[in-house]
Amino acid sequence: MIDFPAAHFALFGLPRRYRIDAAALDRAYRTLQAEIHPDRHTSADDAGRRLALQASARVNEAYAALQDPAARGEYLLGLQGVASLSETDTSMPMDFLTGQMERREEIEDATARGDHAALEAALAAIGGDARDLEAELAAALDDRHALDEAKTMVRKLRFLDRVRHEITEALIEAEA
Amino acid sequence: MALLQITEPDAAPEPHRRRVAIGIDLGTTNSLVAVVRDGRVNVLPDAAGRPLLPSVVRYAANGEVTVGAEAMKHLAHDPRNTIASVKRFMGRGIRDVPYIENAPYDFVDAPGMLQLRTVAGPKSPVEVSAEILKALRLRAEAALGTEVEMVGAVVTVPAYFDEAQRQATKDAAKLAGLNVLRLLNEPTAAAVAYGLDNASEGIYAVYDLGGGTFDISILRLSRGVFEVLSTGGDSALGGDDFDHRLHCWALDESRMTQLTPEDSRLLLMKSREAKESLSTHALARINAELSGGRRMNVSASQAKFFEITQHLVQKTIGPVKKALRDAGLTAADVQGVVMVGGATRMPHVQRAVAELFGKPPLNNLDPDQVVALGAALQADQLAGNRGKESDDDWLLLDVIPLSLGIETMGGLVEKIVPRNSTIPIAKSQEFTTFKDGQTAMSIHVLQGEREKVADCRSLAQFELRGIPPMVAGAARIRVTFQVDADGLLSVSAREQATGAEAAITVKPSYGLSDAQIARMLQESFANASTDKETRALTEIRVESEQLIDATNAALAQDADLLDHEERETIDRAVALLAGRLDSGDRKLIKEAFDALGAATAGFAARRMDRGVQAALTGHHIRELV
Repeated sequence: MIDFPAAHFALFGLPRRYRIDAAALDRAYRTLQAEIHPDRHTSADDAGRRLALQASARVNEAYAALQDPAARGEYLLGLQGVASLSETDTSMPMDFLTGQMERREEIEDATARGDHAALEAALAAIGGDARDLEAELAAALDDRHALDEAKTMVRKLRFLDRVRHEITEALIEAEA
Repeated sequence: MALLQITEPDAAPEPHRRRVAIGIDLGTTNSLVAVVRDGRVNVLPDAAGRPLLPSVVRYAANGEVTVGAEAMKHLAHDPRNTIASVKRFMGRGIRDVPYIENAPYDFVDAPGMLQLRTVAGPKSPVEVSAEILKALRLRAEAALGTEVEMVGAVVTVPAYFDEAQRQATKDAAKLAGLNVLRLLNEPTAAAVAYGLDNASEGIYAVYDLGGGTFDISILRLSRGVFEVLSTGGDSALGGDDFDHRLHCWALDESRMTQLTPEDSRLLLMKSREAKESLSTHALARINAELSGGRRMNVSASQAKFFEITQHLVQKTIGPVKKALRDAGLTAADVQGVVMVGGATRMPHVQRAVAELFGKPPLNNLDPDQVVALGAALQADQLAGNRGKESDDDWLLLDVIPLSLGIETMGGLVEKIVPRNSTIPIAKSQEFTTFKDGQTAMSIHVLQGEREKVADCRSLAQFELRGIPPMVAGAARIRVTFQVDADGLLSVSAREQATGAEAAITVKPSYGLSDAQIARMLQESFANASTDKETRALTEIRVESEQLIDATNAALAQDADLLDHEERETIDRAVALLAGRLDSGDRKLIKEAFDALGAATAGFAARRMDRGVQAALTGHHIRELV
């Protein structure tokens, strides 16, 4: 069926690096699911159906991890023995933290005012920052093999994701 | 029947029984069953040609259960025992159902799921739904005949149904004697029917406003893959609420209060008729004679109706925007909006959707039937009737609608599987102990988006024991959530150091226990054998009547082939069978049926000979006459 312990990249026949061919990933994902999805194994015995369930879940997990820029970076670091999100080591550059604190305050104010435009603008700005960070992370991981730097970038990305998530939830709440 | 029947030579049954699976749309207001036959998908109508089965079940004092249009006749005069819109109660406790005080039922607050007290005893919504599903199963079996093997069913559920509601639906299907091949989300089913019909590619939204539930799904259609990107909705919002709003308005208008359950039901039915009429007419009248000689007679304009229900339409917009955000898209990215569910016929719903997406919605498939058609298509595929490599093959990738998590310190929920994760999925997270020497850990599984345990739905609670005593924070407990392709969850937990394991399949506290299901199944088997006996009796009666008719016709034509004694034997056998037809005793009827068959065997052979001779010498006879 599939090679369960294989790395996420290998499952989809992709090279193990940060820069990813999103279209190739999508194609490989669909081709794989078309074979292994439980819907394709409804007439199998219990064991066969369970295997299809597990294989399909494994492929979904790998796909989600590779699609997400922070998760992909974290996964690549993990493959090289670097845990980027260990709870005992949460150091983050001071200037980044200060910048994000200010941003957070703005967001809280905008939420309180019900200022959707400001929230949308903040969302767009964070999106831009995230894209810049992804480009840096790609260079750090694929070109320079600078794992320590990459670790900090992944953390920053995670941080931005959280803020993005909070703004989105605030907007959803406001639109409900 | 030995006597006269002639078989069409080209109607020989296939040596192998075909495997057929059906698609069922178990709706709040109406339910349908559809099937793919000879490559074509169709809704199966009842004997009177009606495709929709009203989702109404009536329990009579003598234990008789009626379903559909027949049951509907009793809505107004026997409201407590005539259950409509039972889907609203699936997997729900009394406190979960909005406006429950308006429902004319006698509720029992059973642990987990509420029950309804009827003359036939307390009934769980699962049992009531099972009656509807059983009626559809019988309809399908009658239509498909004995040449096919019915391997199972795809049963649809609102995409926004949570774990408890899904589990309740699956339980109901089991209870109805159905092998559930898959629980399929209603908007996804509609997308299959629509997408295959129109060979669509790109981003589509399915806006599904049914009788009691609202769903929105955003899908990417690409070369036979239907990929749900996000879903949202409100599992307690639908056409029923528009009826109810109109009903309340009419009461206000006519300054009426204190209705009996019968009056309340009657007015709700009249309100629904008025609502339906207002989709195409400027004015509708609600005119009803109530108990105590009172009469309600008010007319509602379309404009008024829109005004008093606009907030309900508006309630659907939030979930649409949320689904778009979750998919990382805007309304402009959506190529087409497929409208599903009878309630989307209302013009102000159409207008609101058109405004939001900036394009007219797609209404080219019957909004009442499209879900059942999609379910049947998927059922056909799951039954293995389409080659895996064939071009007309497709794949559905669906998501879970609500996040799943567990309770952590301080009554907060830690999300483990976020909403809109593609299923099937397995996700693990590690937790630790918070007290020195802690040897057990309680795991509380929750579903919902809120941060506090109290604001989420509790699904299950179980305990992991045998954790070796360690200092606080040293144990590593790995909790794994697995969601299958039906969207149903199982949870297991394991202490990493020692392998102490506790695993459960979540049977939510809002569902039924296995023991309850087993009891209900036993009861339904008992009923099933009665059903079978009734059917066998009907069959033998019909066959007997046909045999008597055929014998009489043969006698009229060829009586000269019989001598006096033979004729008397046949006449006696006919009289005996005719006399026993209404006896209600299948064995007695069968005896007489066999006796008449034996008495006419020789006669039939002689008629056959004459028939052959007539055919051979036909010319002569005709020429002679």
